[in-house]
This record gives sequence, structure tokens and C-alpha cells, in this order.
Amino acid sequence: MSRQPRVGDLFRRFRQRLDGPAPHDVPPAGPGRARPRGGEELRVPEAEFTSYYGRPILKPPVWRWDIPAYLFTGGLAAGSSLLAAGGQLTGRPALRRAGRVTALGAVTASAYLLIHDLGRPARFHHMLRVAKPTSPMSVGTWILSAYGPAAGLAAVAEVATWLPERGAAGRARRLLPPAGQVAGLAAAATAPALATYTGVLLATTAVPSWHGAYPHLPIIFAGSALASGAGVGLIAAPCGQVGPARRLALAGAALELYGARSVKTRLGLLSEPYTTGAAGRLLRAGRALTVAGVFGALVARRSRVLSGLSGAALLAASVATRFGIFHGGVASARDPKYTVVPQRERLRRRQADPD
Amino acid sequence: MPDGDSLAGPLDPAPDAGWVAAGPRMGFFTDTSVCIGCKACEVACKEWNDVPASGFDLLGMSYDNTGALTANSWRHVAFVEQSPPTGHDTPGTRFLGMPGPRPPGRDTGVEERTDFRWLMMSDVCKHCTHAACLDVCPTGALFRTEFGSVVVQQDICNGCGYCIPACPYGVIDQRRGDGRAWKCTLCYDRLGAGLTPACAQACPTESIQYGPLDELRERAATRVAQLHARGVPQARLYGHDPNDGVGGDGAFFLLLDEPQVYGLPPDPVAATRDLPRMWRRAGLAALTMAAAAVAAFVGRSS
Repeated sequence: MSRQPRVGDLFRRFRQRLDGPAPHDVPPAGPGRARPRGGEELRVPEAEFTSYYGRPILKPPVWRWDIPAYLFTGGLAAGSSLLAAGGQLTGRPALRRAGRVTALGAVTASAYLLIHDLGRPARFHHMLRVAKPTSPMSVGTWILSAYGPAAGLAAVAEVATWLPERGAAGRARRLLPPAGQVAGLAAAATAPALATYTGVLLATTAVPSWHGAYPHLPIIFAGSALASGAGVGLIAAPCGQVGPARRLALAGAALELYGARSVKTRLGLLSEPYTTGAAGRLLRAGRALTVAGVFGALVARRSRVLSGLSGAALLAASVATRFGIFHGGVASARDPKYTVVPQRERLRRRQADPD
Repeated sequence: MPDGDSLAGPLDPAPDAGWVAAGPRMGFFTDTSVCIGCKACEVACKEWNDVPASGFDLLGMSYDNTGALTANSWRHVAFVEQSPPTGHDTPGTRFLGMPGPRPPGRDTGVEERTDFRWLMMSDVCKHCTHAACLDVCPTGALFRTEFGSVVVQQDICNGCGYCIPACPYGVIDQRRGDGRAWKCTLCYDRLGAGLTPACAQACPTESIQYGPLDELRERAATRVAQLHARGVPQARLYGHDPNDGVGGDGAFFLLLDEPQVYGLPPDPVAATRDLPRMWRRAGLAALTMAAAAVAAFVGRSS
């Protein structure tokens, strides 16, 4: 509202574009869109298509940085709860404590980010009016509503030993640890759903590179969540308890790398937004950090410092991957090429072979 | 609550949404071959629905200074300036200069003059049979009316923004400074009173026709046949087919070129159609994740 652009600025920019060399994202519109014939000199023909003045057909997501950040914190919470439950069941208190505390922190951050991103944050509770299986966001709301309190109770149980032994606090001190055990397992049971529904959340949109990637997104997010949970274990646990975290890191990284490779290579034209621009840089950084983190975790047998650094690399890798996937989708919605070309191909195939 | 069957394929949306005594499905047929680009629809819509101003700018897109359907523009008239396909000029959109008092090319002399055609189309929310915006709305703010249209309840919407990337046509949009999602309501208030939507009422050439969808589809088929007979082979219907990716549109069009020329997607699909498959993939990933966690802890102790 502070500074209105001068009237006609967009028009002047449009004229400049017409006069200067046409950028590739503003292709020639109009009826002369047949591919050049008899062009032996043509190698891979640039996907030709018509658009309305190069404008996007879709509305790109209005979500700000909060949503990719939530993809990370939600995954971190899920991974940490699995780590904590493992620690709880196999008698590794360091893993349990670190997992539970991180899970509570991450799920609190998630709730903040999700509410902060709303256009009307004061109406966040309207999400609880309905339960709709056709809305991944509604499903996610209910998953979070089940997971959040369980993760919270499990984390609170960790401070039971600080309470005085007498009176009401004493009763809480005795009751909290068993309640925490149950809550920790409940949180771990819902954690895989929390980590993977976000893949469906992004895929249930018209955003070409998200919807096209629907078979792969849950795998990437599951892997990323495991790797970030393992990262917490690597940072927090002494060398004697870190073994499972190391194996978890390996499994998570494998899933994350496999999924990320799939979206970069198996979507045809829709892979392009994941390999170029900001999304490409973020995903490449994510891959490098994942490889470094896993390598560090495997060689850091006796070194807590190296272990911790590996854990930090895995966490950073998860952040980079989430933001990369997010920005790849946004880029695909902004360029009408990714909407028109695959749809036109689909139409052509259907017209050639109607069944 | 829609079951798996109502995510795709032809159906009557109002009874499917639970209306027991719903009348016929109402909609728009926008015949772009008679559109004169007067923008009366844009103005009538803004006036009736009290839609805020969207700010004034010159976009350099022919006479289109609206740009796109947005939260503050529920009708959008597109203008496309075209050379003929077999033209002697370079193919592509032609820029005819700033709007002036005289027809384009009048002042440049005969040798500079070229043939071109001017396509105009009044775009609007399609009120899809399978509306992705409605299906993904997590608050129930978006709902199906008894007329088969899709409307946002502004007292419910909390601005989560999910409907916006879900729309395969890029129609619904978040209003800045307000935070909620807004779009065409098919003048739900006027319909309730037995009136015609403001845009159709204002259209001077009956390019925008409002009525029961079945009737409009018949009228549209007749019109296309008529145009083909008159030597306009490019005339085609868009969004009329109940077997397309969104189950057919409640607002469909007669176009004179490919949809993407007007900024419409050639083969839109409601992403919710793939929900069963997508949830299965997520379930598989979740199981893999749980199995990996178990394996990491029951593996050899360190």
C-alpha cells in the first residue's frame, strides 16, 4: 500500500520485452504453432506451445515459507518420535529423551507455522469443523490433533524426576513416567502418517510438478523424516547408544535419495523445475548434505563431534530437500509450459487411441 | 461425504452433495463468437457483488487490463490479436499499438495493413462437476449449492489457501489484506431470488447465456454445428463434456481456437481424482518408514 507502481509500468515492460530478444518463457502466441517441418537441423525441439501472453494458467500456491518449513518440522517431529519409541523399547534413555523433547519442540513449531500461514489465523479452529477424507489438509489436521497431545505428554513425562516427591506433585511424579511410555508409543504409531500425508497434501493440487510426482513425494518425505530423526539421535546420544540412529540415518537417506532421484528423472518435462533454478540448487544441496551426513555417521564410530556434525548435516539436508520440492512445484505452476505441454500430449494420446 | 465413485465421471453434483429437492443444474454457456469485448460482465459483476477494485494498470495485453481471474475479478475478458494461420506475416500474436480513436491499421496505409482476427472471451469460474477446490477445502467453507454451483462461505473460510493451487483453471484466489479465498458465486443470492446472474443479465450480445445446463448444452451443440456450416471450422466447445477430467463444467464455452490461446488449460483434471491412488502410495511409504525404524532398532546392538 505504501508505494503504488506508476500506471503503465507493466505495459512499458511488455514493450521492452517485445523490442528486445524474446525470453524463452514468452513463446510466440497465435495460430502459427505447427512445428517447423523438414527441419533436419532440429535436434531436440523446444516444447512449442501457445499461451495467453505468457501468463500462468494456474495460480501458484499462496503459501509462504511457513509451509515448506512445516514440511520439515512435521517430518522432524515424526522421525524423533520413532527414535524416542525405539529408545524407550530398547533401553536407550538418551535417544528416548532427545527424541521426545525434539518431537514436542517440532510439533509446537509446526502448529505455529501452520496457523501463521493462514489468511485468517484467528479462525484456525475452523479446521476442526469437519473431517474430510477428500481433503489431505483436513486429514492432516486430525493426524496432528492425535499426534500432538501424545508427543506433548511423552515429552512432559521426561521432567517427572524434577518434581518434588510429596503431595500432588509427587503423585504426578509417579504417574507421569508410565503415562509417558504409553503416550510415546501412541505418538510413534501416528508418526508415519504425519510424515507421509504431506506428500498427498502437495500432490492433491493442480501444480504440475507436484501432482505428477505423487508416487514419489511420500517416499521422499518419509525418508527425509527418518533422516532428520536420526540426525537428532546422532547429535544427542553418546557413542554407546548411537547405533540405531546410524542405521536409521542410512535407511532414511536411502529413501530420500531414491525419491529425489525419481522426481528429477522420471517425470519427463515435469522433472525440469526440480533441476533448474532455486529448486535445483536446493535439491542438489540436499543430496550433498545427505551423502555427507550418512558418510559421517558411518565413519564416526568413536567421535561424538563427528557424529554430531553428521546429524546436523542430515537435518540441514532435510530442510534443503523440503524447500527444494516446494519451490520446484511453485516454479512449475508459474510457467504455463508445464501446464499446457503435458496436457496437450495427454489429449493427443487420447485422441489417437480412444478406448 | 463423497465416496470413491464421486471423485470422477459424470454425475449431477447437487443431489450427490446431499440436496434432496434440487432443481436442474444451472450454469453459463459463454459463446465467444459473439463477444464484443465490452466488459459489461466485468463491471456488472463488480457492482452487484461489491468486489473491491483491483487497481488500475495498463498490461500491454491488447484491451485486457484486468489480466486474469483473481480474488477481485470474477469475470475476465481476454483479448487475443491474431494473424490468420496462412497469413503473409510472421505467425504469432500481433501487437496493434495502443487503443486509439480509429481502427488499427487505418492510419498506416494500405501496404502496411494486414489481416488479423480479434478473439475475445469472458472467462469465469467453471463450477466444475468434480470441484477440486471444494473437495480439498479443510473447513467446509466451500460448498455445493442446490443449483450445482460452488460457493465460498466467507464466514467460514480461514484462508488456508489450499483451494488456490488445487483449482486446475487457476480461478480461485486469495484476497490480499483480507486473507480469505474469493471467486465467482454464480450470483447465488440472485439465483435464490429467481434472477439471472449479473454478468449474463448485462451481456448485450447474449455471449453469456445462463440457464439449465442441459438446455445450454443442446443450444451450444446447435450453435457449433451452425458455425461449422457457415465455414468456421475452428469453432469448438470447451468444458461441455461430462467425461473430461473435471466431470464437465457448469460454465462452459464456445471457443474459436485452442483453449491455451485464451489462457485455459487444454485438458484440466481435478487432482482429487487420483486420491485413492495417492493415499495408497502414502500408506506404502508410511509402512516402509515404520519398518525401517523397527529394523534400525532390532538390528545388531552396538
